[in-house]
Amino acid sequence: MNKTDLLKRYEDMKEEARQSIQARQEKSLVLIGTATCGLAAGAMQVKEDFIREIETKGLEAEVIEVGCIGHCYAEPLAIIAKPGYPAVCYGNLDEGLVHRLVEDFLAGDDPSYEYAMAALDRNDEFPTFEDFPRGVYEEKMILEHCGLTDFKKIESYIANGGYEALAKALSEDPGFVLEEVKEANLRGRGGAGFPAGKKWEACLNNGENEKYVICNGDEGDPGAFMDRSVLESDPHLVIEGMILCAYAVGSHQGYLYIRAEYPRAVEHVREAIKQAREKGLLGSSILGTDFSFDLEVFQGSGAFICGEATALVNSMEGKMGMPESRPPRLVEQGFRGKPTVLNNVKTFAYVPLIISRGADWFKSTGTSESPGTAVFSLVGKINNTGLVEVPMGTTLRQLIEEVGDGLPNGREFKAVQIGGPSGGCLPESSLDVPIDFDSLHEAGAIMGSGGLVVMDQDDCMVSVARYFLEFTQHESCGKCTFCRLGTKHMLDILTDITRGEGDLETLELLKELSEDVRDGSLCNLGRTAPNPVLTTLRYFYDEYRAHVEEGRCPALVCRDLILYYIKPPKCSKLCNVCVGSCPTEAIYTREDGLKAIDQDKCVKCDNCRKACPDEYDAVIKLSPPELPAEKERKAK
Amino acid sequence: MSEEITITIDDGEIKTHHGEKILWAALENDIYIPHLCAIKKETRPNASCRLCFVEIEGHERPVTSCTREVEEGMVVKTRSPRLDRLVKTGFELLLSDHNLNCRECPANRNCALQVIAKKRGFKLKRDRIKPIEREFELDDSPAEFAFDRSRCVLCGQCIWADRVEAEVGAIGFSNRGLKRVVTTFNDLPLADSICTECKLCVDVCPVGALYYKKDQKA
Repeated sequence: MNKTDLLKRYEDMKEEARQSIQARQEKSLVLIGTATCGLAAGAMQVKEDFIREIETKGLEAEVIEVGCIGHCYAEPLAIIAKPGYPAVCYGNLDEGLVHRLVEDFLAGDDPSYEYAMAALDRNDEFPTFEDFPRGVYEEKMILEHCGLTDFKKIESYIANGGYEALAKALSEDPGFVLEEVKEANLRGRGGAGFPAGKKWEACLNNGENEKYVICNGDEGDPGAFMDRSVLESDPHLVIEGMILCAYAVGSHQGYLYIRAEYPRAVEHVREAIKQAREKGLLGSSILGTDFSFDLEVFQGSGAFICGEATALVNSMEGKMGMPESRPPRLVEQGFRGKPTVLNNVKTFAYVPLIISRGADWFKSTGTSESPGTAVFSLVGKINNTGLVEVPMGTTLRQLIEEVGDGLPNGREFKAVQIGGPSGGCLPESSLDVPIDFDSLHEAGAIMGSGGLVVMDQDDCMVSVARYFLEFTQHESCGKCTFCRLGTKHMLDILTDITRGEGDLETLELLKELSEDVRDGSLCNLGRTAPNPVLTTLRYFYDEYRAHVEEGRCPALVCRDLILYYIKPPKCSKLCNVCVGSCPTEAIYTREDGLKAIDQDKCVKCDNCRKACPDEYDAVIKLSPPELPAEKERKAK
Repeated sequence: MSEEITITIDDGEIKTHHGEKILWAALENDIYIPHLCAIKKETRPNASCRLCFVEIEGHERPVTSCTREVEEGMVVKTRSPRLDRLVKTGFELLLSDHNLNCRECPANRNCALQVIAKKRGFKLKRDRIKPIEREFELDDSPAEFAFDRSRCVLCGQCIWADRVEAEVGAIGFSNRGLKRVVTTFNDLPLADSICTECKLCVDVCPVGALYYKKDQKA
């Protein structure tokens, strides 16, 4: 097939898709965010409410499920697109609000701006997302259509210019794709930032006829959900990226390795694969050319280690999901012993954009060494939790204070954990570090897969380090000495510290062990597992010292180092709330009518502190756990 | 005979051949590198004991010598403060999960751990890292030998002997993390498994985990 025919075939397909989408847009549309995050917040109920209200009113409006637009803090979310009005996004929906929106907006002519979050189209009446600080910093590349496009219809993707990059690439030599990706300096978004072009080139040069392209969707970091959102919300973007990669390296079979804990992503991707095949965009003779490539979904079974490249391949081959030493690298000997390209979901998602808009467009965003954008799932003590995409080089401060709108009710920033259990905790003084692969590495953290957890004064850094290490220790496959036993001993030591046991030598041992586990482990799980410990030791050493030297937990978190105390001057004789809240009957009324806690019975559940009315605020935590010198309170 | 290659280990030149791993090139030239899991015939080594670290000029990080092939002109060091510390920690970690009652061990004076301790001047004690307390059941079901997991270092030598040398496939690694063990299918006692009691595994066990009952002390 010649170039003109190929492009014409695509143009026809696009025109057809555009028309079918346009026909849809002539009536009112209600787009409901039903990615996993939306579902958890009750999106399905909201969907039912909309359908019921629309039917009751006998309106001509269609309710469509879309993915995640990234504003998790306001889920469940819906966008109403009514002809003649700007599309408007509403958050925190419930039955009452749905009723009102249908009555006033869909049936009437009042967009109810008082309940709106933002408009999506520029207009004279209401600000758009771009007008808020978050919008100023955000620059959406791979998330551009997430939450706005109907993931169930390939036409929505094609009408937006989807698969245009594929048509363009197929009309050129495979070398064109490779050159463009190399020129764009696209670095792998799985965490390490290895240049994708280099990897692809190595795979291409490894001769063999049989090659594989695998997408790593085994996102396992606690608090990370970027890959899931992309797969759920815009699956064709990843699929197109994989086809382009396959064309560049000469592969005919690919796999999407998606963890089984993401059933919705699996479902959406499978449906997308089916529709792409029907359109001749996947399978044999793609778009009528000689190039054939097909895709299958492989479901991982819940082991964190299977996100590691060699373990992932082992698990696909039916072996135990355990890593191998490298070299040989996967591009030499990968799946079934054949050259294999393995990239992260997001890495593939950038490829169609780079091919259709060009490497220069991609490089115009971000820094010279880390071009493009970074996608983060912003969670923890932050106002606007959600999925954000900012240019590489944005500072952590901008990301937290502007994009995430800072910490709630005047809480004080303490640390930010970047890169999940393999990443590091950075303090206030590191907030001006620009977000790019190299700067973060220098600061002791890693880009990782992009989980970002914000912590405040109520978070104990020893507990945080212990939490992440408990995760990696539990997920250690047990193959190599350092990870199997080293992480166990590190965890034991950290547990001791949270109990106030140990001394400065213990801290030194913890540091040495951490360094040795980092240097000695077989795979990156073990090599990066000590990062949370090493960074907290580096930036929050005083907090560790307080635990072992004074038996004090400055954040008042470590249970063995705190006690609950009712301040007599603040306690009211007229109130009994705390007594009722205590599950162990540890709170009693003293002879003078005030309340006190029997420390032997107290299990430190925090109920009484939460129950004590704000006007008294009498229950406090004390660390070290010593009762203030005061007259006999415990006397029965 | 494959192509001859000259490399430098600890300031001395040695001759070896293309495709050889650093570990075997060194051992054949009487240069000691601690190791437990390495198997010469294995093309893709487990590299799991993490004791055979060396430094290669031009490489930032220590590498395991059992996995790295020699290259012409390579300059290798088997000792340095950094390497010694790493190997010492790895060794201590293994000891923390090893039954250290050497006097009662059938492999006493014939134990790879004792060799490493002697060659590197390590103590067979756990003063820095606390032992991991746990108990294992002894499998003495075979007629002539027994398997004591409290001494197993998970090197995998027995599995190689069972699968590749004896071609039986009675044992393998099972479970994850700290629970990783060498065991039979469904954790059956060896005598109830497909084990043929050929004892090749006993011969290769570098410690006293698989041992002949006749060597048992007391």
